[in-house]
Amino acid sequence: MSAGNAWQSHAPVALSPARLRRIMMLGFKSLWMHRLRSGLTILGIVFGVCSVIAMLAVGEGASYEAQEQIRKLGSNNIILRSIKPINQDRPSQARQWVLEYGLTYLDLQKIRETIPGVTIVMPSRIVRDQVWNGVNRMDATIVGTVDWYPETRQLNLLQGRYFTPVEMEARSNVCVLTTKAVETLFPLSAPLGGKVRVGSDYYDVIGVIETESTGAAQSTGQGSGKAATAAPDIYIPLSAARHRFGEILVNRSSGSFEATRVELHEAYVRVDDQKDVEETALIIEEILKRDRRKTDFEIIVPLELLRQAERTKQIFNIVLGAIAAISLLVGGIGIMNIMLASVTERTREIGIRRALGARRRDIILQFLIETVILSGTGGLVGVAIGILIPVVITMFADMRTIVTPWAPILAFSISGMIGVVFGIYPALRAADMDPVQALRHE
Amino acid sequence: MTAADPIVRLEEVRRTYRMGDTELHALAGVSLDFFPGEYIAIMGPSGCGKSTLLNLLGCLDQPSSGRYLLGGEDVSLLEDDALSQIRGARLGFIFQSYNLIQQLTVVENIEVPLFYQGVPEHKCREASIQLAEKVGLGQRLYHRPNELSGGQQQRVGIARALVNDPLVILADEPTGNLDSHSGTEILRMMDDLHAQGKTIIMVTHDPAIGKHAQRLVRLRDGVVESDERR
Repeated sequence: MSAGNAWQSHAPVALSPARLRRIMMLGFKSLWMHRLRSGLTILGIVFGVCSVIAMLAVGEGASYEAQEQIRKLGSNNIILRSIKPINQDRPSQARQWVLEYGLTYLDLQKIRETIPGVTIVMPSRIVRDQVWNGVNRMDATIVGTVDWYPETRQLNLLQGRYFTPVEMEARSNVCVLTTKAVETLFPLSAPLGGKVRVGSDYYDVIGVIETESTGAAQSTGQGSGKAATAAPDIYIPLSAARHRFGEILVNRSSGSFEATRVELHEAYVRVDDQKDVEETALIIEEILKRDRRKTDFEIIVPLELLRQAERTKQIFNIVLGAIAAISLLVGGIGIMNIMLASVTERTREIGIRRALGARRRDIILQFLIETVILSGTGGLVGVAIGILIPVVITMFADMRTIVTPWAPILAFSISGMIGVVFGIYPALRAADMDPVQALRHE
Repeated sequence: MTAADPIVRLEEVRRTYRMGDTELHALAGVSLDFFPGEYIAIMGPSGCGKSTLLNLLGCLDQPSSGRYLLGGEDVSLLEDDALSQIRGARLGFIFQSYNLIQQLTVVENIEVPLFYQGVPEHKCREASIQLAEKVGLGQRLYHRPNELSGGQQQRVGIARALVNDPLVILADEPTGNLDSHSGTEILRMMDDLHAQGKTIIMVTHDPAIGKHAQRLVRLRDGVVESDERR
């Protein structure tokens, strides 16, 4: 007798979509029997998935913000800043003593003349003084600069206009206020057409411009001078600044006073081709160092900062990925725990099913699908909440968040995978039960 | 296969359990032939090997030695998957404690064997509803086991044992958990099945129930003590 080959020749039960659907319905029913337990198990995955998405969104938003700030500085730009040299000993004998350092008009001229491919050089002088409009007073950072400043810094003019070359030439007393300055100086009236007073000079307000963000440059630039990094409040023509404030600035603070002579506080050098930015920065450094005994300037290359930010973002993503993996792992272990308990509890059911013709693989599939339903549902709910959280964060914490399309997809597929990985062991345990023992189980 | 061929043939079947160093002979050489249409009661005191024999007959367990032929084919050396296939296609089980799946309705419980045979959903449903009506549960198709009385649950069990049109129906103390009224009802149903020509093997320890059968096999200490036909 051919040892029962007739049985094996039975067409194996194929896993058709209709059959899969029935097994899934079965899974839903079994999980529905223990709603609370299933719900709590799902919660583990929900938290894992939504925290992954939310963290990625916050991280993505923060790095986008940083990159945007750097990009505003211009990836074709090189920023030169005057800094107070360190170890500048004050000669104790000298009664009249002026600290002299920083970039000069001569420096810029040299840069413009010797380096090819450098088009715009944008100098600025930065002065801190009190600005008045009637009784409204503001401790403002006044920037004397050139007429192409907003264009180079990619700043939007909100009202009126910026000063013209003619006004530059004429040292006109005109100024452009930032929105921040408008809030303080013109709390109730329209700024355009008004006047503000600095010292004994009056300036006509001709325009309003958006407030500059210097956060990125501030945090990444090393050892920047105090005056050089505060966000500007008022812009006036460079020529006017030179004329009204003179070369020597006196800074009185806490009993002592300090006189400094700085021609230029800041200058932007625009390089035509982005490829040459880093090389040009090195050349500029060479040129400037040649005439100096001490380093009284710093060079900031936004392009470099941008690259740095990208590297930081990568590290950030790896760390977030690790946290995400751990939180999902915890959820997965929770699922496995519950499924193991469920298998033990349903030993009798497994025995019944085996007696009624279920093969090992039918049992495996049934429990595996139940786990995948748990983790998949957790994944879906987690994705929904995870997309919602960044919106809420943006609304209440005023933080930029970006949900990239791959974040929910990634989080969901990982949660599905966790269902399979952590479901396999309990399912195998279920399938390996001896039907006779299982049927006898109370 | 003619009516004269046995539907179940056991040849010197032994089942030995190892308990540490000692061997326990639950079945010590049992040879039996059961023929189509027979209603057999297997009786004996507890520990005589009734349950072991029923597990072997139900392809839930395999003999340590000897041969078991079901429907003329040797099933004593088959693999696990093939045994599952046989259980689902050729055998019907009725249990003492009904063994219904709690999360499923009456209809869904009845169609479980067909589900594992890969029968399409609508055919399962059809056959299942038909059988539920036949056992008098037409009004309770979508109730769950915990909403039914013991007698009703056992009727679901009988319907489930019939749904795959098995060669043999195996019943393990089918009235053991029932009151006498429901028990009588169930036994009457078994009698009806026998009258329709079904082959039934029933394990019981109650002689009164054993009387319903047409053939009585007594087991003692793992061997056949007596085998009488009426």
